Amino acid sequence: MKIPHVVGPVDQIPFGEGRAFGIDGEQVAVFRLRDGTLRAVSAVCPHKGGPIADGTIDQRVVMCPLHQHSFELETGCSTTGAKPLRTYEVFADEGQNIVVIP
Amino acid sequence: MARRLVVIGNGMAGARAVEEILARSGGDAFDITMFGDEPYGNYNRIMLSHVLSGEESDADIFLNALPWYRENNITLHAGVRVERIDKYSKHVFAADGRVVPYDVLVIATGSHSFLPPMDGLYTPSGSVRHGVFTFRTMDDTRKMVQFAQQEHHRRALVIGGGLLGLEAARGLQAYGLDVAVVHSGGHLMNAQLGPDGGAILRRSVEALGIEVHTGSRTTAVLGKDRITGVRLRDDTELGCDMVVVTAGIRPNVDVAVVSGLAVERAIVVDDHLRVMDEEDIYAVGECVQHRGEVYGLVAPLWEQAAVLADQITGVDRSSVYLGSRTATKLKVAGVDVASMGLPGPELDTDEHIVFSEPSRGVFKSIVIRDNKMVGATLLGDSRKVAYLTQAFDQGLPLPEERLSLMFDLGSPAEEEGVAELADSAQVCNCNGVSKGALVSAVQGGCRSVPAAMDATRAGKGCGACKLLVTQVVEWAADGAVEDDPAASYYVPGIPLDKPALMSRIRELGLRSVSQVFAALAPDSVEDAKSKMGLASLMKMMLAEKYIDERDARFINDRVHANIQRDGTFSVVPQMKGGVTSVQQLRRIADVAEKHKIPMIKLTGGQRIDLLGVAKEDLPTVWADLDMPSGYAYGKSFRTVKTCVGKDYCRFGTGDSTGLGISLESRFQGIESPAKLKLAVSGCPRNCAESLVKDVGVVAVEGGRWEIYIGGAAGAHIRKGDLLVAVDTPEEVTLLAGRFMQYYRENANWLERTYAFVPRVGIERIRSVILDDSEGIAARLDAAMQESVDNYVDPWSERDDPPTPGQFRTSLPLTVLPQVPVR
Ligand code: SRM
Ligand SMILES: Cc1cc2nc3c(=O)[nH]c(=O)nc-3n(C[C@H](O)[C@H](O)[C@H](O)COP(=O)(O)OP(=O)(O)OC[C@H]3O[C@@H](n4cnc5c(N)ncnc54)[C@H](O)[C@@H]3O)c2cc1C
Ligand code: SF4
Ligand code: FES
Repeated sequence: MKIPHVVGPVDQIPFGEGRAFGIDGEQVAVFRLRDGTLRAVSAVCPHKGGPIADGTIDQRVVMCPLHQHSFELETGCSTTGAKPLRTYEVFADEGQNIVVIP
Repeated sequence: MARRLVVIGNGMAGARAVEEILARSGGDAFDITMFGDEPYGNYNRIMLSHVLSGEESDADIFLNALPWYRENNITLHAGVRVERIDKYSKHVFAADGRVVPYDVLVIATGSHSFLPPMDGLYTPSGSVRHGVFTFRTMDDTRKMVQFAQQEHHRRALVIGGGLLGLEAARGLQAYGLDVAVVHSGGHLMNAQLGPDGGAILRRSVEALGIEVHTGSRTTAVLGKDRITGVRLRDDTELGCDMVVVTAGIRPNVDVAVVSGLAVERAIVVDDHLRVMDEEDIYAVGECVQHRGEVYGLVAPLWEQAAVLADQITGVDRSSVYLGSRTATKLKVAGVDVASMGLPGPELDTDEHIVFSEPSRGVFKSIVIRDNKMVGATLLGDSRKVAYLTQAFDQGLPLPEERLSLMFDLGSPAEEEGVAELADSAQVCNCNGVSKGALVSAVQGGCRSVPAAMDATRAGKGCGACKLLVTQVVEWAADGAVEDDPAASYYVPGIPLDKPALMSRIRELGLRSVSQVFAALAPDSVEDAKSKMGLASLMKMMLAEKYIDERDARFINDRVHANIQRDGTFSVVPQMKGGVTSVQQLRRIADVAEKHKIPMIKLTGGQRIDLLGVAKEDLPTVWADLDMPSGYAYGKSFRTVKTCVGKDYCRFGTGDSTGLGISLESRFQGIESPAKLKLAVSGCPRNCAESLVKDVGVVAVEGGRWEIYIGGAAGAHIRKGDLLVAVDTPEEVTLLAGRFMQYYRENANWLERTYAFVPRVGIERIRSVILDDSEGIAARLDAAMQESVDNYVDPWSERDDPPTPGQFRTSLPLTVLPQVPVR
């Protein structure tokens, strides 16, 4: 069964950046896009373990800081030929808390 | 249980094969036993020439000394000859009576010197006469040296004018002997050289005082008790006290022959180095014949040893040896000799290009067939060897201007090679992208160079391969490469070049990166790849009016440190001009100790790097250091390297340290399209390497200072262009600042000065910076001053991080650092 995890208020993530959380033994990077939507993907780059939450993003992709592989935030698929990231369902509840469904 | 591996022959090939096996963890899979006829560990046979000439001592040429065998659990029977193999019961029989079983056998028995038939060579009992030597082993060499050192021996005669003979002749001269070489061939080194090259080599060798007789065979060694001379075929007699025979080598195949293995000219092996028709017996080195070839140089046996190890250990069963194209580059008797392939033309249609300059001993010859190089010889000048070897090895088509094959007329046109490159050839050495990968990216729809680069990440490392990547893509697209309009964009996501982008930003009064996307990007779409470049540009343009959105920065600029492979960071405090103090050093030491810094390293930029700091520790590390950031992470002004200069150095003509510190204090941290690295040297000896810096300053006699711009010595090497020489440090500061501002405003994103200066042209830059031809000098100076005034040490953010969680770890469940702790 999928148990939603509340990881705290959305404003701990600045617009356009990501922060990482440990959820159920998994490392998850949550991004807050400039338009306010949230996205969650696995936090460890499949290429060589780079910290995805430190990546640069736009509305569509995150770019790993180590060797610039890019991944679609929506699907996790790489646009540069790397293995995909896992994606997670994520949203902000009424209390403006981030909820991740692992 | 470990399998038993027995190796016969402990020379260069045998030992190398074992090393390769160990490198593939074969040490665990095998119990290794080696037999070597020579009573030593493995040594570098090539160096025997140097031992003979006394340049090297015999102790210095060991590649694997005896402890190496112990450390790797190898049982070595040194000085023990193997006589026979029983391939059915799988045992080897040694001369000392030892019988050793094997599961896998490797034969690496090498060659021996060939003694051509002639009278008076042997004693009646059949041993070689005292005073006659061969040149193959360490013992041979030692005996020769001993003999040559005896006072009454005045004259040596070398039979055989090939590589070994000439080396022996040159070596023996070192003992004050007169030396003559008798060679049966028409010219020296006829295996490698054609007659013209041989003639020039002869001149060079004779100029060294070595007497040369070509086209004459020795028929007898003369003298009763001691040697007095030799007789040639035409009955001429040449006097001498010692004879060295270097008339060729023959593979050591006796053991293989008596044991019933396949032997023709040498032991016959297949592409796995397995002896023909044998299950468990391999052979490697000079004793093998592979596809009809027997090699007499080390390069092929390195390749063989690797394949053999792949096969024996089972690490890579697909590994095959397909033969070697031997290209040799030697120094023979002090003369550079390089030869590959054919020494001269063979077919009427072969093209033969020859350059000959006998007075300098220079000779170059190239044989071309179907626009491919099939042979080359270089004597006395081997500068083009690397390029020619590549052209030969890879069969590259050649530039039309054949002259450029022999001389540097600028660098060779690289595109010639693209079509011929193997699919597996690595094009991008940083990201390991092969030609094949690029080609399939193009076939998969990447129709422009940047698209193919994005898809494969080729050219995204140091960038040195970009030209080659472009050529491969153009070739793969077969002319259908789409000109990428984005090539002229400052950043990929905004369709404007730099001047247009800057003026639109000014016109619209845009102040942040998100405003730029909203106003100028197609459909107002944000683009991750463009953010960092825009952030840098706008900070430069707007200084304190810039609205700094942190998400537009690269991670390094968000946390003011350089990200490492494991997600930790490096901390490089400012150390102006590379000058430090007791207090600074003590503080750095204390911080490193307190925070258990995994590695403390002196950087190439004359300061100290603390590596492996976890992100969350950055603020406290900075606080404890209480030093400003050295900006080792940003696309910004980095360091000023200095030398000690005139206050200390006996040659110094200017206070380079003082000027360096003042430049670094003034320009610290200003952002720019790419890194700016400076240096100041106190005299033209250039100990601070000023000629290869973005801005390099050199003090010259008379109290003057030269300013060089556009130098580099990283992925690209370029000597800076002299901008001007001035009289005072103040002028240096002003003009360097003006140039850097001009560069900041006009260079493309990530375009270093080594590309910018030649693109714009030094003349043009001089006229703008020195003559104010565009009337912008005052504005440039003011803009630079504004940036300088706006400098804030980024590490002061430690007390009040501007964004929440700025220093929070991004790998929450990973224990960092994972970099090695030194
Ligand atoms: C720390 C240091 C190596 C060292 O241990 O000494 C270093 C480390 C890095 N260099 Fe460097 N470079 C260092 C001196 C140099 C030098 C020598 C110098 O500055 O005198 C050069 C040649 C000069 C030059 O810049 O042309 C140099 C040429 C490069 C290049 C090639 C630039 C080019 O266009 O040719 C890169 C790649 C790049 O910039 O894209 C690079 C990139 C890097 C990066 C930043 C790679 C990266 O993006 O992560 C390395 C960071 C390692 C890390 O994890 O911290 N580094 N690098 C040196 C820091 C000097 C300092 O105190 O600031
Ligand atoms: C003076 C000199 C200069 C050279 N210069 C160059 C150069 O500049 N460039 C270059 O590429 N090459 C050069 N060479 C050639 C190079 O040294 C050889 O190609 C290389 O050593 C061959 O390696 P190998 O292992 O096949 O044979 P070796 O190195 O000869 O090793 C074979 C070993 O097996 C031993 N052995 C033979 N039979 C038995 C047996 N039955 N039982 C036990 N042990 C046995 C031998 O004693 C020997 O130690 C030079 C050679 C010499 C002599
Ligand atoms: S420090 Fe520089 S040269 Fe060394 S590995 Fe990193 S980028 Fe390459
Ligand atoms: S680790 Fe992410 S791109 Fe290499």
